[in-house]
Amino acid sequence: MTDKAEPPKANISLFSVVMVLITVVLSVIALFMGFATYKSQDPSAQIYMLIGFIGLAISAYLLLQTKRRTLREAFEMPQVVTTILCQKCGFKNIRDFERGDYIFKETEPCPKCSDNMMITSIYREVKEKEK
Amino acid sequence: MISQVSQLFPGGSDIIGWVLQIAWLGFFVFFMFYGQRFQMTVMLRDVEKHLHRLKFIRDEGRKLTMETIKEIGKPPEDPTERVDQFLEYIAITPQSMDPSGIVWKLDHLLDVRDVRFKDEVKLMAPEADEVQLNNLENTLEAAMALHIIYKVIRHFYILGKKTLSLYIIMQLQMVLPLIMKEAEAFASALKAFATGQPIGDGAGALVAAKLMHGHKTRKIAKDIVAATVPLEGRIAHVLKSEGPGGTVGKPGDGIIKIINETKGKIATIVMIDAAQKLEGEKPGDVAEGVGAAIGGPGVDQFKIEESVLKYKIPVNAVIIKQDIGDAVSPMRKEVFDAADTAIQRIKRLLLERTKEGDVVIIAGIGNTIGIGQ
Repeated sequence: MTDKAEPPKANISLFSVVMVLITVVLSVIALFMGFATYKSQDPSAQIYMLIGFIGLAISAYLLLQTKRRTLREAFEMPQVVTTILCQKCGFKNIRDFERGDYIFKETEPCPKCSDNMMITSIYREVKEKEK
Repeated sequence: MISQVSQLFPGGSDIIGWVLQIAWLGFFVFFMFYGQRFQMTVMLRDVEKHLHRLKFIRDEGRKLTMETIKEIGKPPEDPTERVDQFLEYIAITPQSMDPSGIVWKLDHLLDVRDVRFKDEVKLMAPEADEVQLNNLENTLEAAMALHIIYKVIRHFYILGKKTLSLYIIMQLQMVLPLIMKEAEAFASALKAFATGQPIGDGAGALVAAKLMHGHKTRKIAKDIVAATVPLEGRIAHVLKSEGPGGTVGKPGDGIIKIINETKGKIATIVMIDAAQKLEGEKPGDVAEGVGAAIGGPGVDQFKIEESVLKYKIPVNAVIIKQDIGDAVSPMRKEVFDAADTAIQRIKRLLLERTKEGDVVIIAGIGNTIGIGQ
């Protein structure tokens, strides 16, 4: 059985690529014009340069967003743990869940007192996402 | 007039200014005539993206189901065709023009569906034992849910594209975040069912299992077991669905049987179930109330309500809160720990609402997958 499935291919849409390309080209033109007019002491140079930098920042943001979305495509499987407890001596064994485990199932003998151990809990721990 | 209009445009040599002005006018005209169509295209792209994700989840679910059937059931022939047919199963709900008696019709339909599903799973996985059959049935039902979600969203997507109706597309795009959440929950459930892990919905069954563990159990209804347990000086008939296979059983029939056996001499009924939490509430919070705490199509709730009304038995509810995702995913630690809190609340409730020596029913409701007794 597969634990992790292959995520779908990173299908970045043509639309996004075109949008990013247009923004990059326009930003580069604006920056070029900004530098060109800066030499001739034109006050509009600063505006062109500002537009250029904002455009580049937007393009970088769009690219990062696409990457983040692709990463999220993974078919995540949670980690589930089984706790086995010896009712007599209190020896506890925590391991990953295995097929066939169920709560109140009697399992292998206790390595300490040889009494039968029992599965007392099966759960997954969820780490809250940072806000 | 001409001079006023000419002020809108910059002076002769400022080519960039001209270009920007024309681009601005172009944008204005474009959004005036094609704004809605552009908005629709953006929305359709968003829906399409989610549809791709849904298809991926559906396909993965189907693949996992197929692998589990082959691994556990060891079918003599390839089960692919049979599984694909199963995913397309439909159940036609009874006619409700004359609603009188519809509950019994629905009850019968659900019984027929259940038997049919079990038979199908037996044919797909001849080597599977009873517990594995129940788990496989649950796995197939989760795969079926994913398949239906994908098909319905695809239907409205194509319909929206064909008709170019903004309202169809807009509604679809607005509900998609919730649908995606549900689909991801079913994907998680599928894995849990395939391996037999306890799920959040089993919180009620877990409470009952903890109460009845170590006591003799008997089968009282379809997939329902009960044990008589002394609790705080009261005689408690504790019932739950029979684990560790994935089933919810027919708790309604179980409760009715105990009520009839005791000739209605029940001081109170306490029902424990998982319930939908609101955003902002913590998973695993325990709350109390009155009424039959049981979900599903409503048949069992109806039966319980009819029966308690006949004998005027008070029904109390203890609920363990979680969201839809947690309810069908492997059980969270918070929900598991909430079972002990729920037991304390039940004990307190019995001490406050009943007398010593009274007979009570404690019903743990929910899917008992991965939970024995």
